[in-house]
Amino acid sequence: MTSAMQNNTTFECETGNYHTFCPISCVSWLYQKIEDSFFLVIGTKTCGYFLQNAMGVMIFAEPRYAMAELEEGDISAQLNDYEELKRLCLQIKKDRQPGVIFWIGTCTTEIIKMDLEGIAPKLEAEIEIPIIVARANGLDYAFTQGEDTVLAAMAHRCPDTTTKQKAIAGQRNEITIFGSLPEPVVKQLSHELKKQNIDIKGWLPSQRYSELPSIEQGDYVVGINPFLSRTATTLMRRKKAKLIGAPFPIGPDGTRAWITKICNVFNIIPKGLEERETDIWNNLEEYISLIRGKSVFFMGDNLLEISLARFLIRCGMIVYEIGIPYMDKRYQKGELELLAFTCNQMNVKIPKIVEKPDNYNQLDRIRDLQPDLVITGMAHANPLEARGINTKWSVEFTFAQIHGFTNAHDILELITRPLRRNTGLKNISSNIYVANESNI
Amino acid sequence: MKLAYWMYAGPAHIGTLRVASSFKNVHAIMHAPLGDDYFNVMRSMLERDRNFTPVTASIVDRHVLARGSQEKVINNITRKDKEEKPDLVILTPTCTSSILQEDLQNFVHRAAIETESDVILADVNHYRVNELQASDRTLEQIVAFYLNKAKKTQSIDCQKTMKPSVNIVGILSLGFHHHHDLVDLKRLFNDLDIEINQIIPEDASVSDLCKLPKAWFNFVPYREAGLSTAKLLQKEFNMPYVDITPMGLLNIKAATYKIQSILSEFQCERNYDEYLELQTKYVSQAAWFSRSIDCQNLTGKTAIVFGDATHSAAMTKILVQEMGIDVLWAGTYCIDDQEWFRAEVENLCSKVVITDDHNIVGDMIAKTEPNAIFGTQMERHIGKRLNIPCGVISSPVHIQNFPLSYKPFLGYEGTNQIADLIYNSFTLGMEDHLLDLFGGHDTTEMLTSTLSSDNLVTWSPEALKELMKIPGFVRGKVKRNTEKFAVTKEYNVISLEIMYEAKEKVNS
Repeated sequence: MTSAMQNNTTFECETGNYHTFCPISCVSWLYQKIEDSFFLVIGTKTCGYFLQNAMGVMIFAEPRYAMAELEEGDISAQLNDYEELKRLCLQIKKDRQPGVIFWIGTCTTEIIKMDLEGIAPKLEAEIEIPIIVARANGLDYAFTQGEDTVLAAMAHRCPDTTTKQKAIAGQRNEITIFGSLPEPVVKQLSHELKKQNIDIKGWLPSQRYSELPSIEQGDYVVGINPFLSRTATTLMRRKKAKLIGAPFPIGPDGTRAWITKICNVFNIIPKGLEERETDIWNNLEEYISLIRGKSVFFMGDNLLEISLARFLIRCGMIVYEIGIPYMDKRYQKGELELLAFTCNQMNVKIPKIVEKPDNYNQLDRIRDLQPDLVITGMAHANPLEARGINTKWSVEFTFAQIHGFTNAHDILELITRPLRRNTGLKNISSNIYVANESNI
Repeated sequence: MKLAYWMYAGPAHIGTLRVASSFKNVHAIMHAPLGDDYFNVMRSMLERDRNFTPVTASIVDRHVLARGSQEKVINNITRKDKEEKPDLVILTPTCTSSILQEDLQNFVHRAAIETESDVILADVNHYRVNELQASDRTLEQIVAFYLNKAKKTQSIDCQKTMKPSVNIVGILSLGFHHHHDLVDLKRLFNDLDIEINQIIPEDASVSDLCKLPKAWFNFVPYREAGLSTAKLLQKEFNMPYVDITPMGLLNIKAATYKIQSILSEFQCERNYDEYLELQTKYVSQAAWFSRSIDCQNLTGKTAIVFGDATHSAAMTKILVQEMGIDVLWAGTYCIDDQEWFRAEVENLCSKVVITDDHNIVGDMIAKTEPNAIFGTQMERHIGKRLNIPCGVISSPVHIQNFPLSYKPFLGYEGTNQIADLIYNSFTLGMEDHLLDLFGGHDTTEMLTSTLSSDNLVTWSPEALKELMKIPGFVRGKVKRNTEKFAVTKEYNVISLEIMYEAKEKVNS
């Protein structure tokens, strides 16, 4: 186990033996977000099985996604990758007429070194549909990082042809936001910025591929989610955009800090933000009273952990551990600073951040610490509940609407749900449901 | 490459993990990239398991790609050996490790030197076998391993039990109603006065496997897992086996007679005639139910059946021979077992469908328009789109197919459950139709959907309105016939007139 100290924040790194979703799961929310897209996951039965089961009933709604299932002939290169992909993509074109096809590379395409980036431009020209390649595989990435690889690939396609006209209008307070959010949240956040006289030039991704925003040299960009470091890097290095490094708009504190940071860049003094935040906190009091002083343990699987922990500390909770798959200290700098600030303000120690956690060791620590709430993946949730430990399934945070002032309520609704539920169950029986307590 | 939206049987490693996690104190280590441990989620969610699933991954990441796993797999095995003290560790290859072609067998040998527990490598090839074949293979492999081990230490126990006894082979975690079926199987053997020697792999201990030969015979309730093991035991210890699934009255009878004849080979004469008669008449309601006038109304109703080989074949038999329902076609996705399946259902229905492509199944259902479907969750959703009721009889399944209440498919209680399932599927359909006939609740603008996506003709608003007035259960047919008519006459738009014309010309 290696440790490092930075701003009094302790970072540790364990073995990386933890449970998380495969990054190809990003297909499930991105195909819904980008309405004219089709996602082709080039992988094996294993990938298909995961998506089929993880997407649950969505799979029956004729999703705009499919597997290009590799067979033995593909692995041993008896079949020609180009011809095979052409055949499948033509079929997709015929059946679905998508505006863009995403190829999601997987572990298998990595190992057999299938040259997707090389094949795509040729095939794109031949079938006349844009093809975007994203390598969202389990060799390199965890869960939400899948979206990061897709958005980074999309960033390359953002048009930048209108430079000359814009040079004059460049004085306007315009930003481009990156990160996939449900449409209602997009509207809410746009509205918040509008109130500060900040215009949104575009969102990456937009609702349709054809509406991809143009990004020019010197444009300001800001991230909405903590797992988008590749996208941020691409926008800075390739598109020469200026990244606004801010905490993420999760929780009223995060939202205020996010907007304030954007305002600072444009030399705007934010209006009415403090009142807005106070109002939200007051409205949350009913929930907060349930969790104040309670302890929480993040096992780590979706990279939202730092932001959520920071918000929960501000709510008065004690965070024992923040497990996280991958920690980009540069991209999350603003968020880490806000975490340190919040801990200071609430007079608590900064929790240790455990990168690439080891679930087995974590369960050991959970057994010792007996936290009031464990935020964890589905693999551990039921076994922990059976041992009397309250759990919240972490994946819900990726699908629920948690951004902005308006949705702070939803985060606490999720957080307090197991606590509220289990108070109601006290009368049925004891809360331990396993025979042998010795091996938790 | 194959364009696939859905698959009936999962990848091979799932089969291995289902067997491994069914045994007591057996730990599986997957050689897999991050995120491939989704099995743990399924077990924890679908079976609502209270214990941590005994499956961990030895993660394959960039470093492994560059340098090979080196000590990583071995360290993970020895670590797990110390942490959990399992009896057996099964190293499980995945699709990823299949192509890496690391010498996993060598890792197993080296790890086994340091561990208290036994270590084996699951002998399954991801690109050759599916989940079901892999589970069959892994179970056989584990049994063979422990029988060999017992042979070496001469601790094998071939002394037959005093009273007739049986091993039940192939009860797995995440199996379709397996746990409920097991309860009814135990009851059946209790009634037949046959002791249960061992049940494998569910909740079995690997150290007891050396006592398998003590049983008089083996019983394999499901064809998908256990047949290889039964054949192995027959070869090695001359143990007979019964592979008739006791699902439905006729199958229970056949299985019981087979058992009776096996016992008689052991000079144990039993006559189960009276028992069968009694059970059929009074314990199971299914036979009487088939005779009652409720079921008379099912005569001539049509159904289709699709699922794994075991359940699909048994269900077809029940529908045709026990309830008098016309099965238009029966099918299975167990392509490797198709010969057996064909032989089972050939005389019961006019067509046999062997495929693992759900599109073909969907199109077949749309084309044949049965009154009810008996299939997997996929067929249930096809049925929803086509407005045809569906009873789920086979994996793949949802959480709703892991009911808390007692719902076996096997044995005499199973016959009751199945009769309810069949009858409810058909009556639901009838209720819907009656509602439609009396201008019920149909307010949707949606047409009865067809699965073919080619819209060659369009409907004028008036014609569409008229079409909506036609009761739902024939609307699809009218729509299709009218469209077919329009296409042959080369009309592009179906007006009210053309619709009437079609009605006159086409006998629908």
